[in-house]
Amino acid sequence: MPRFRKTLILVATAASLAPALGAAETLTYSLPEETAALRAGPGQETAQSNCAVCHSVDYIERQPPKMGRGFWEGVVKKMIASYHAQIDEPDAAAIVDYLAATY
Amino acid sequence: MMPRATSRRSFLRGASLGLAALSSFDGRSAFSAEGARLGFSNGDRPLVRYPGKRALIEQTVRPPQLETPFSVYDEGVLTPNDAFFVRYHLAGVPLSIDPEAFRLEVRGHVETPLSLSLAALKRDFDPIEIVAVNQCSGNSRGFVEPRVGGGQFGHGAMGNARWRGVSLKTLLEKAAPKPGALSVAFNGLDAPVAPETPDFVKALDLGHAGDGEVMLAYAMNGEDLPWLNGFPLRLVVPGCYGTYWVKHLNDIEVLDSDFSGFWMSSAYRIPDNDCVCVTPGAPKGATRPIKRLNVRSFVTRPAEDAKVAAHVAFEVRGIAFDGGHGIEAVLLSADDGANWTAARLGEDLGRYSFREWRTELSLRPGVHHLKSRAVNRAGQSQPLAPLWNHAGYMRHVVETVRIEAV
Repeated sequence: MPRFRKTLILVATAASLAPALGAAETLTYSLPEETAALRAGPGQETAQSNCAVCHSVDYIERQPPKMGRGFWEGVVKKMIASYHAQIDEPDAAAIVDYLAATY
Repeated sequence: MMPRATSRRSFLRGASLGLAALSSFDGRSAFSAEGARLGFSNGDRPLVRYPGKRALIEQTVRPPQLETPFSVYDEGVLTPNDAFFVRYHLAGVPLSIDPEAFRLEVRGHVETPLSLSLAALKRDFDPIEIVAVNQCSGNSRGFVEPRVGGGQFGHGAMGNARWRGVSLKTLLEKAAPKPGALSVAFNGLDAPVAPETPDFVKALDLGHAGDGEVMLAYAMNGEDLPWLNGFPLRLVVPGCYGTYWVKHLNDIEVLDSDFSGFWMSSAYRIPDNDCVCVTPGAPKGATRPIKRLNVRSFVTRPAEDAKVAAHVAFEVRGIAFDGGHGIEAVLLSADDGANWTAARLGEDLGRYSFREWRTELSLRPGVHHLKSRAVNRAGQSQPLAPLWNHAGYMRHVVETVRIEAV
């Protein structure tokens, strides 16, 4: 909040001078750092390196517990078929094994 | 891993029942300075503060999904900007915007393509205002049984705000769709990480887009849109789920065909039947795009697991809303659905707004289950037993709040 507000205030101040100066001000926003980590288990690194390309891994942690292999197979398939995640077949199989065993 | 915060609820469970403790139960459920407990398994969440936002429930970080703590809905009929929920699909969230350089393009199958600055939108078009609920299609998904994948929200992926901006009808009239124009597609500044991932683009039929109520909002509750709610411009589609309310809107394309993009043709689909439901485990069957909100109501006070004094009148209140017919009545049951009495409705801010309601109760000692059930002006209501679909969309069962009179 402080950073965003401050930027806005600065811009508001600048805006009153802007017509004469013709200056454009770019507003910026800062997202917090990502801290979520996957649970330990065989395949954790494969999941991290593939899944975290597009999203934080809290997406995985937040899912209902013990959904089973079929659920995670469906998720990985959707990521590849619908969202075109670039995951090769051996990695996809390892990720399904890991998710089904760990979550 | 996930912070394990002590929730207020678990703390209060162990607290003694003095009068001071009784008063502190009011209006705050399962909520502490550090975490929230959403009431389903694996539903513990940390609270996080983003720039421009108060402490909200962290669902995911990249892209950000932040849920509104339920107690906020008891603060007033309009959801404050700093408490309004956040939901992105793609991690390419715009982090740098020059409001002077920003342009909204209206293009495609039109006679006169437009390229409009924010200043022009505010200066050259009469503003319109509407109070409307923005609710995520998957609001309350965490309560769906059997559980389904997706964002595991409690009830806090909804909000009600006064939107101010330009009617899309006015813009379309100026751009003049050519004969044969059928639909309008909406794109924002957010983008996928991988270029192959479908960009988040949504569409409406031309008739709906130009109905005079669909609008391009540049202000919310009297202020600029919060960054994470679509600054500097977002689509507002009153009565329809939040998936259509494209954020950081900068591109409107009129098409001479039905829009066929992924986010309409594959995602956000519901069973093509009246109940929007299937038997759990059954095949998905035919689907159609999700569209209008169904009828919902919530008790906002007392909060879940609150304790009230027995044989002393206390206020029960909450909110109700639907997809635009407007709320006709809200009924309350204090005996788990055996008997229902009508509550008093609050100020009418329009047929797309939350409608406040309130009544009084006095209860004998013991545990009681409060249920609220709203009916809209079309006679539609809420089911007493939950309906199920694969994506966990459109939950609107009569919800139950457990309280104890002591």
